[in-house]
Amino acid sequence: MAERSCLVDNDWICGEYLSSRGQELVDATLQHIGITLASVAIGLLVAFPLALLARARRSVRGPVLGLTTVFYAIPSLAMFSLLVPVLGLSVSVVVTGLVLYSLTILVRNILAGLAAVPEEAREAARGMGYGLVRLLFGVELPLALPALMAGLRIATVSTVSLTTIGAIIGYGGLGNLVLSGLRSYFKAQVLTASVLCVLLAVVADLVLLLVQRLLTPWTRTRRKRAPRAGAAKSPAGQAVA
Amino acid sequence: MDVIERTWTWLATGSHWTGGDGVWHRLDQHLYLTAVSLLISCAVALPVAVVLGHLGRGGALAVNLSNVGRAVPTFAVLVLLLLSPLGQYGSWPTVIALVLFAIPPVLTNAYVGMREVDRDMVEAARGMGMTGPQVVARVELPLAFPLIMTGVRSAAVQIVATATLAALAGGGGLGRVITAGFRLTDTAQVVAGALLVAVFALLVEGVFVLLARLLDPVRRRSGRTAGKVAPTPVSDV
Repeated sequence: MAERSCLVDNDWICGEYLSSRGQELVDATLQHIGITLASVAIGLLVAFPLALLARARRSVRGPVLGLTTVFYAIPSLAMFSLLVPVLGLSVSVVVTGLVLYSLTILVRNILAGLAAVPEEAREAARGMGYGLVRLLFGVELPLALPALMAGLRIATVSTVSLTTIGAIIGYGGLGNLVLSGLRSYFKAQVLTASVLCVLLAVVADLVLLLVQRLLTPWTRTRRKRAPRAGAAKSPAGQAVA
Repeated sequence: MDVIERTWTWLATGSHWTGGDGVWHRLDQHLYLTAVSLLISCAVALPVAVVLGHLGRGGALAVNLSNVGRAVPTFAVLVLLLLSPLGQYGSWPTVIALVLFAIPPVLTNAYVGMREVDRDMVEAARGMGMTGPQVVARVELPLAFPLIMTGVRSAAVQIVATATLAALAGGGGLGRVITAGFRLTDTAQVVAGALLVAVFALLVEGVFVLLARLLDPVRRRSGRTAGKVAPTPVSDV
């Protein structure tokens, strides 16, 4: 029996596709990672001062929360399309749209994290002569980190998934392959790109989880509710939810 | 700006609203897809969430489901279903994809809502001699109502957004106005379609916010304003 190519048969899973279009997949994955990283990084840079401003002034808080909620309700296809006349058919359309989406989650979580900082911790820091900036970066931010990181993880995973819609203007990373695979009815390409996209989201989530654990080692020991003094340290690697 | 003017002209042109490619027909398709998918997902997810929440079982499933839902790109699932053997059944692949992505928010929020009901209240109800179903109907469901509605609302918004993507794959709905605009390189039509989609999505969100307020059994009875609106539950620790 002569072997038939799985490309000819249009199989869902096709090793030959992987070997012959490897470069295309790598390029799409790199574009996907690039767009996601840029969007989440810019989102964080914008969300942080925005959250601080919203915390400091009630008059800012309402509009900021309201506006970011509105952004979140706008379907991605519409969001990107609305940005096209402003920014042209460029990658900045996709990044800007994704930044706007990430703001909703990030601003809320940073605000929630900062609000959960115990007043005693602030008082103690002020009593020790901490200024506003040192109070923020030395006390409040570390204590708000778990909430911030939880938000960052959600925002990153959603961003990986939403990047695919950028395919409408040709900057969708793996989404480009899904869309062109749909148009040419190329099953292996669609499935491979989809699986890679999910893998990307899972890996990003795990990396951030690891970063979170490294940044906040105290959350693991506190969870065990060990007696305050003299207790043996709880073994490392205790699973957290 | 020139685009705004041309978009306005596009929207003001009567012929763009009527006929098979017209806005009204597309809106009709979008509404139909949204309603059918939302009904199916609620019919599937709500009973499961209520039973699991009442029994206090399957929490990990309810929480992880929404995490998984976030990681899987809606667009990819839509395309995969279209290319699968299901693809020949008209709009069913789209409905299935919409339902798959609407189930997690409904299930997770309803489950969390049921679990967050004050245990003392449940104990008191049991002490009064209420049976399991009575506790669910008279105590847990009314108190969980705000969160259940939050879940239904996010599902509705999610469905509207995903139904828009169906247009990329040749399906119906308002997204078709946008994709047709891209194909014709008609920026005015793209922007007009996007505006229509955005307004529609915001209207759907608004309707559900209003519904949640009007129908809240606790609020109706006491006339008090119930607690602050819960944000989307952050399920990750």
